[in-house]
Amino acid sequence: MEKQHQLLSKIATNERHGENSPYFDGWKAYDSNPFHPTDNPDGVIQMGLAENPLSFDLIIDWIKKHPTASICTPEGANMFKDIANFQDYHGLREFRRAIAKFMERVGGGRVTFDPDRIVMSGGATGANETITFCLADPGDAFLVPSPYYPAFDRDLGWRTGVRIIPVDCHSSNNFQITKAALEAAYDKAQQDGINVKGLIIANPSNPLGTTLDRETVKIILSFINEKNIHIVCDEIYAATIFSAPNFVSIAEVIEEMDCNRDLIHIVYSLSKDMGLPGFRVGIVYSYNDAVVHCARKMSSFGLVSSQTQYLLATILSDEEFVGNFLAESSKRLKKRHSIFTKGLEQVGISCLKSNAGLFVWMNLRHLLKEQTNDGEMALWRVIINDVKLNVSPGSSFHCIEPGWFRVCFANMDDETVDVALKRIHAFVGEQKEREMPKKTNCWKKIFGSASHLVYLKRVLDLHM
Amino acid sequence: MVFKLNNHLLSRIASSNGHGEDSPYFDGWKAYDSNPHHLTENPNGVIQMGLAENQLCYDLIQEWLKKNPKASICTSEGLNEFREIAIFQDYHGLQEFRNAVANFMTKVRGNNNITFDPDRIVMSGGATGAHETIAFCLADPGEAFLVPTPYYPGFDRDLRWRTGVKLIPVDCDSSNNFKVTREALENAYEMAQLDDVKVKGLLITNPSNPLGTILDRETLRSIVSFINERNIHLVCDEIYAATVFSQPDFISIAEIIQDDIECNRDLVHIVYSLSKDMGFPGFRVGIIYSYNDAVMSCARKMSSFGLVSTQTQYLIASMLSDNEFVEKFIRENKRRLAARYRVFTYGLGQVGIKCLKTSNAGLFCWMDLSGLLKEKTLKAEMELWQVIIHEVKLNVSPGCSFHCLEPGWFRVCFANMDDQTMQVALSRIRTFVNNKVDNKKPKKNLRWQGSLKLINSPRIYDDFINSPHSPMPQSPLVRART
Repeated sequence: MEKQHQLLSKIATNERHGENSPYFDGWKAYDSNPFHPTDNPDGVIQMGLAENPLSFDLIIDWIKKHPTASICTPEGANMFKDIANFQDYHGLREFRRAIAKFMERVGGGRVTFDPDRIVMSGGATGANETITFCLADPGDAFLVPSPYYPAFDRDLGWRTGVRIIPVDCHSSNNFQITKAALEAAYDKAQQDGINVKGLIIANPSNPLGTTLDRETVKIILSFINEKNIHIVCDEIYAATIFSAPNFVSIAEVIEEMDCNRDLIHIVYSLSKDMGLPGFRVGIVYSYNDAVVHCARKMSSFGLVSSQTQYLLATILSDEEFVGNFLAESSKRLKKRHSIFTKGLEQVGISCLKSNAGLFVWMNLRHLLKEQTNDGEMALWRVIINDVKLNVSPGSSFHCIEPGWFRVCFANMDDETVDVALKRIHAFVGEQKEREMPKKTNCWKKIFGSASHLVYLKRVLDLHM
Repeated sequence: MVFKLNNHLLSRIASSNGHGEDSPYFDGWKAYDSNPHHLTENPNGVIQMGLAENQLCYDLIQEWLKKNPKASICTSEGLNEFREIAIFQDYHGLQEFRNAVANFMTKVRGNNNITFDPDRIVMSGGATGAHETIAFCLADPGEAFLVPTPYYPGFDRDLRWRTGVKLIPVDCDSSNNFKVTREALENAYEMAQLDDVKVKGLLITNPSNPLGTILDRETLRSIVSFINERNIHLVCDEIYAATVFSQPDFISIAEIIQDDIECNRDLVHIVYSLSKDMGFPGFRVGIIYSYNDAVMSCARKMSSFGLVSTQTQYLIASMLSDNEFVEKFIRENKRRLAARYRVFTYGLGQVGIKCLKTSNAGLFCWMDLSGLLKEKTLKAEMELWQVIIHEVKLNVSPGCSFHCLEPGWFRVCFANMDDQTMQVALSRIRTFVNNKVDNKKPKKNLRWQGSLKLINSPRIYDDFINSPHSPMPQSPLVRART
């Protein structure tokens, strides 16, 4: 091991890839025992993956009708050579135009995006890393409101050497980002001699599923202008908004107030809004010319496959399809969200009121033995191993309040949602049962045996 | 609101020129971009001979696609796979993809004793991404890799820019056909020691870009012994492996270490790609193949920054698992490259221009124009280059952009054009050389003399923000040709 440490770089041997976080731990349980409705009905249901396959049928239907969108069909094969050969890091112009238009539609038609500012990257993962490389030196820091997407630690900090400073948000005000919290985090960094280069916000938020209102965006903009630091807005869930209030992109707000546009950057992707994570379509959109140029040069490290650029350029230039897709996708997400949250409410589980995202931010504080991280981890282990749902504990999102869990609801079919809800109902019932041991235990039927219940009790007792 | 000045807004990386685009390697493209040759529409335009692309075998691919509609997730035959493929983002990559790439790598190397383990196949954003990733895994900022010259200019960016790693040239010269000698390696290593620079590894490109040569068994063994002795890594860029078009046969590092029990496999890593061998640079299929488990594991985690699109993984998986197609492609690719090389070097030979005689691979010639230099200096090479670009109207790449110590060498790509265009290029060269011979007095033609300095501003390349070359025919943006 020592030998390896000498042979490899520090980056290769530190833990900043973050894969030892519990966020990934639950996946191991899933991977070794994945749920299948018929083949493995007792397996672990994956609710830790924010995917959006709900509207694939629309895409597939479109592709059926448009064989020229592919360079592999008889109708499209004449384009194969030119496309396979195209490696210009500006990307296909039609691709950039289509993406810009799509982003405009997603922004409700209230913003315009310049195709010449569209820069590719290896998914949003690559985009976040690239923007960090452009804006900050090793040792510099970015402020990030918590709770935040766990992989930011890797994307922003692993190979760049940049630090993340959380800006803690609380349920007392529904985890809103306040000026006071931003100022406090910034001032503390100054005191610690850390150079803050920027602020990263995810809007809509992962894991909260909430969107920033106009007022908050303005406060944030005025804060970053004052401090002369960058703002990177990760808007990759923009089209997952399924109810009011509307999405307010940073692109919209900068038109309404004085700000230094050299500080404004957007990260986008098609992984969530269109459900195409495999295609690795990451976008860096900066209002700063130097950053556009730099990020574009860096895009060589993670360009979008020209085969994929071509397909997407064609699909996304079909305005009728795009309009229909966005409307339908939103509708389906809303329905799924409603079924799921209502199902949780039936057993007294509430979620943070949200209007976007592919998940809910579930409040299980009342089920914790103690309001601590340990208490949360104990509950989480039970949920994974006994309830057999892979959900993500709030601590993996750096949430300072224990007891919150992110639960994804869009990455499965209706029947599986049903199974998941049933298991949750059973679990909550069992929790109540524990407190009233004399009551007839009808939940035994769900869990199977008394010995199983004893085991469960023991597990919970261990963590008291 | 008063805004502070834009000082220090960006990172050091962003403000440096470590992206390497100030190199003349990219400079000649400007002349091409503003006046690209077209057989009928712009016959006097600049012919692009600075781009190492392999456009000779697309017909075979298209033929295969016609017969294999299931290879695409967009055909009616393949659409049922769309959902699963579009949602697959596991950084291990599709198993079928890894199997197919391992299969292709084995077939390309022809020696059935070598096998590549699909579980060691790690994706990256093209070979560009592979090189950067491997540098991130093996070296800390300030540490160095030795690289024999002349070498691919993109290495300066790929290995150094965001990693902070240094490159130390190991100079090779024509006295021995640019062979990589043990002596040169040892010298470079010692110099680094004296300068207090820690050498972490050696990067070799085999077949070589720009030389088009392959390393013989003896040299490879010597290299392996060198890196083992010094306990440094060996990164072998084998992206031109299938472009070896004549004898001797290609010998992969995989073969050498297979036989060599003394070699510490933890030091050996291969970079591969489909950009050159198959002519798919747009698909960004980069591969890292490391014999070191920790490196493989780390590189795989880093691959999240540049995975191959699953749409493309799926296509490639299908194509490269068709052994009949693969064997035919490899054979035909070699044959056409050999033919093209022969015609081109013969044409050059007719006007007394020699290419490196040991070349038997690659998509280019390493052309010796030292006889046309006024003096054997870099300045003279630059002058000659300006003439070639602006008067002869060929975008070739000057040796200095490959860090070649000897002035007068130029890399000329020949596989990215059709036969007729190649004939046009040859006739221009013939005319040029004959004129030069007839007219010993150099013409005073200020029109093209311009600036002889390396152009420093990165802005120059960025003038092409609106890259005019859209391959999509229905696009109004296809350049209007006068």
